[in-house]
Amino acid sequence: MLLNQFLLLSALLFAMGVYGVLTRRNGVLVLMSVELILNAVNINLVAFGAFQDNVQGDVFAIFVIAVAAAEVGVGLAMVLLMYRNRRSIDFTEVDLMKG
Amino acid sequence: MYSVLAVEAFEASFTTEGNWFLKNVWLIPLLPAVSFFLILGFGKKMPKGGAEIGIAAIGAAFLLAIFANVAWIDHRDNFDGETQSAITGIVDSHSEDENALGDNTDANALGATIDVTDETGATETVDVELTAFVEAGEGGEESHPAIAVVTSQEWLVNGGIPFLVGTLLDGPSVMMLFVVTMISLLVHIYSTDYVAGDSRFTHYFAFLSLFSSSMLIFVLSRSTLQALVAWELVGVCSFVLIGHWWEEKPNSDAAMKAFLTNRVGDVGLLIGIIILFFSAGGTFDIIRINELALAGEISQTALTWAAISLTAAVMSKSGQFILHTWLPDAMAGPTPVSALIHAATLVTAGVFLVGRLYPVFFIGYGIDGSSINGLAIIGSITVVGAGLVAFVQDDIKKVLAYSTVSQLGYMVLALGVGAWTAAFFHLFTHAFFKAGLFLGSGSVAHAVHSFDMKKDMGGLRKYMPTTHKTFLICSVALAGVFPTAGFWSKDEILVGTGGLGVGSGSANGSYHLMLIMGLVGAALTGAYMTRAIYLTFYGEFRGHGEPHESGPRILWPLRILSVFALFGGLVNLPPGFITGSLEPWQERFFHFVEPAAAYFPGIGHAVPSYWLAVIASVIGLMGPAVAYWYYFIKVDGLAKSTGQKLTELPDGLVSNNKLAASGHAMLKNKYYLDHLYNDVIVAAVKGPIAKLAYRFNQHFLDEIVDTAGRTSVKTGQTIYSVIDQGLIEGTVNGSGKLSNRGGGILRKIQTGKIQQYAALLFAAATVLAGIFIVFV
Repeated sequence: MLLNQFLLLSALLFAMGVYGVLTRRNGVLVLMSVELILNAVNINLVAFGAFQDNVQGDVFAIFVIAVAAAEVGVGLAMVLLMYRNRRSIDFTEVDLMKG
Repeated sequence: MYSVLAVEAFEASFTTEGNWFLKNVWLIPLLPAVSFFLILGFGKKMPKGGAEIGIAAIGAAFLLAIFANVAWIDHRDNFDGETQSAITGIVDSHSEDENALGDNTDANALGATIDVTDETGATETVDVELTAFVEAGEGGEESHPAIAVVTSQEWLVNGGIPFLVGTLLDGPSVMMLFVVTMISLLVHIYSTDYVAGDSRFTHYFAFLSLFSSSMLIFVLSRSTLQALVAWELVGVCSFVLIGHWWEEKPNSDAAMKAFLTNRVGDVGLLIGIIILFFSAGGTFDIIRINELALAGEISQTALTWAAISLTAAVMSKSGQFILHTWLPDAMAGPTPVSALIHAATLVTAGVFLVGRLYPVFFIGYGIDGSSINGLAIIGSITVVGAGLVAFVQDDIKKVLAYSTVSQLGYMVLALGVGAWTAAFFHLFTHAFFKAGLFLGSGSVAHAVHSFDMKKDMGGLRKYMPTTHKTFLICSVALAGVFPTAGFWSKDEILVGTGGLGVGSGSANGSYHLMLIMGLVGAALTGAYMTRAIYLTFYGEFRGHGEPHESGPRILWPLRILSVFALFGGLVNLPPGFITGSLEPWQERFFHFVEPAAAYFPGIGHAVPSYWLAVIASVIGLMGPAVAYWYYFIKVDGLAKSTGQKLTELPDGLVSNNKLAASGHAMLKNKYYLDHLYNDVIVAAVKGPIAKLAYRFNQHFLDEIVDTAGRTSVKTGQTIYSVIDQGLIEGTVNGSGKLSNRGGGILRKIQTGKIQQYAALLFAAATVLAGIFIVFV
């Protein structure tokens, strides 16, 4: 089995996710980009697990999925509150913590 | 360091075994001490202002003291050596050991070698010196030595020397326990009436308790150091009580005078204790010091100097010439306190101190076989000197005060001539009649609100019959009229002097001067008491208002003390006075009180003389007779015939005769001793020294202080400008500025924009990943 194509896929997804996080203004899209990053990591974990012929990678991936679900729940709730308060979900406008 | 002889004898003279009351005698001083704190803490809230606590405590102490006396009598007669103490070990094992040196007579021989079997069964041979026991055997028929019962507690250890505190219970201390607690109890009861309504009633009772407690600690002292502490405590309490009514200047002055005069003597005590400490090889133990002094382990010179120093302490505390001047002034205190001071506590402390460290005086002054020494001289001068001054006092309490000084002179005289038992016997009897007299004068003063006999008294026998009777009885006892208590004790002192061949062969020396002075003193005593009684109770009443008899709480103590004044002397009837089945009752006081142990010198005991008793009685009665003729017949008649008041009568002798006038003036001014102290000594010391001190202060001390001040100001300024402003402030400000600027730079990256943070996060992760790949 070749590991390369999985790693390349993962890297591609990771890069797309990072790009989305850094450039998207829409909060929901930023969260979706975070999902891309996490799933890139998942692919890596599963691929290495299969390559090394053990289940640790799979188990870890399941953990990441569970944590990601929670993260999305909290993230979307924040985005919702933000929308209610400001009628906007543009992340660039949220700079109250400016030093 | 010491020979085996001395050490063994030391162990042989006391025991730690005995009756419960003898071993736990520390409870007696503890009770009033606890009561002191209780009264101070809760007295004001009690219905009787704390008096009930004080009376309960001293009452319980009195009961314990009686039990201790009974236990001591039993111990003295029946201490048969079943216990495991050193002396009993020696005697028992000896008498049971068939191989030892025969009977008890041999055991008492000097330096007898005795096999001692101790508890472990090992046998060791020691030399035991039992000199004192031999002499005890000579003095009496008993074979049981009066072994002191001691308890010891290590107080502290300094320089490897243990400082012991504890109780030392033997004849004199058990006698003092009885006297102190009894007089104190009566004074407590009396005071509930006498100082009733006083603003510091509670305070008064608190210090009455502490006073009793400190005196009890003193008489039970195990070591000289403990005695010193108790001695000072007694001094402080007397200061507080004499100055009880300190709002009036003379009272607080009197308290101060008492305290400061005593301080002079206290220095002597301290020096004496230090001399004894070093010469006895580093011990404060009273028994050990006594034993070593008797065994000849302490040099004669050291003992003499110690005795001289301690004599100074006795002179101040027991009011001997020339340090007695505080005692009459101490009359400023409440009368019950005067009674307590003069009868049982404080002034007897000095006498007790001599009795306690008697070997030091006995050897140091060479009392045995001499005819003159410091103690005897001071005592005899005091007897006559104070007796004369008592004559010209108008204040009834001052007459009694000088009378106390005179009687204390008898005790010191007796100790000086070696009549130890006589001194303590006189202390014992004197306590009762002098307390009775003081409380009686208090009762009179309570009625007429004054102490001035000439102005405010006279004719009081009609108004105060009970006070009059008890005062008369106590005066008769004080004058030493047969067969009252004073007669027996005074006669014993006079016999004890051994002067002019009286009681020859058995006394300790021939003190002719002391005998004569004692006889003169006896005549004076009766005379000034006759005068006081006339001025107080006879003639016409010269005061204001209608005096009335005092209440039962004042009269009952008077009645009790009168009974003791009448019959107290019967406890020490001289030998040969009674015969038949009553004979064992003679010399009981001597038997139980005088220590017959190795720590007490083998003093000689005078044989009583009927002739001396008769002569002393005749001389003693001549004084009152002359005084009676002068006051009761001449003055009284003159007052009646002219109708003049006593104070207005021309004083015939004094105004007509120059010699008599100057003598009168001298006595009035109390030998000018107060002038000597205040105007001559104090002024001479005060003037030049004050000037010198002022100069020293201005030119030397002030200069130093000023320079020091200026220097510190300059130093302060330098420190301020250089160190504080430059260094410390610079550091603090610098760090502040640095953080400020750093913050200004760093705040620029805090944009608040999430995506920039994320970008930084990823950038940092990338950099770290790069480092990770390259270097790992």
